[in-house]
Amino acid sequence: MNDKLVIGGHEFNSRFILGSGKFSLDMTKKVIENGGVEMATLAVRRANEGGAENILDYMPEGIVLLPNTSGARNADEAVRIARLARELGCGDFVKVEVVHDSKYLLPDNHETVKATEILAKEGFIVMDYMYPDLNAARAMADAGAAAIMPLAAPIGSNMGLATRDFIKILVDEIDLPIIVDAGIGRPSQACEAMELGVDAIMANTAVATAADPGLMAKAFRLAIEAGRMAYLSGPGRILSGVGEASSPLTGFLRD
Amino acid sequence: MILNGKKTEIKAGMTVMEFLTEQGYKAGRIAVELNGEILPKSSYEKVVLTEADVMEVVTFMGGG
Repeated sequence: MNDKLVIGGHEFNSRFILGSGKFSLDMTKKVIENGGVEMATLAVRRANEGGAENILDYMPEGIVLLPNTSGARNADEAVRIARLARELGCGDFVKVEVVHDSKYLLPDNHETVKATEILAKEGFIVMDYMYPDLNAARAMADAGAAAIMPLAAPIGSNMGLATRDFIKILVDEIDLPIIVDAGIGRPSQACEAMELGVDAIMANTAVATAADPGLMAKAFRLAIEAGRMAYLSGPGRILSGVGEASSPLTGFLRD
Repeated sequence: MILNGKKTEIKAGMTVMEFLTEQGYKAGRIAVELNGEILPKSSYEKVVLTEADVMEVVTFMGGG
């Protein structure tokens, strides 16, 4: 089946994007392999220890890196981090993430649109982490975003698909890949989002806080594949309050 | 000069490359911002640091 995810002209077979935070470096590699992951996010931070091990040494060959702008509190800071990330020499992808609320960590859609306008013009492949709002998603698309990444629930919460109905609106109305990012806590929730028609799932904490992250990565891979197949197969109709026999209603063993 | 927010000693006439090597950084794993502007790797050997410089050295870390 030729069912590729295409973002900014790049093709992916996997629809599981991994956030690389909260893992040991060894575990990062294992989770990527077990999850069949082809794209993983990274953060940009001050390098204070010259001799320390670098996460890039633990990234399997061929994986596409998606630097994020975490730590940015406004559009200008996001642009600065994105430019530094590109200077690190791992391609043009960037996940724009602007957060200035420390309790719920909700993204600022307005500042994200502003950063997207600047970065898309500079040739970045911009993927926007956002609160699922149709107007904001349209503004991001107009600003040149390559993908929209609505949250399911607050980052790191494992709360699940709290914004389900609003993500469905984005799936129906926005002609860009929709990738659910943040809040997905269980494979079943990832599967449900994929059944709705989202194009991919990004998860980090759900895997990292599992007792066995390697096994959980595999569970996410299978759930995301199952949800995708279910979506493509066109789920059956739902009856309201009545049943319908699955067996023939003729030839009963009675007169 | 200031490196990543901390006052740091430099030797007179030191290039960026010499400074980064002295600090233990690998050029292939970092990006450098000097006085608010990204410094391309091709300039590391050419640019000489001064006491007034403010430098940020960044790298990738795990993060979602």
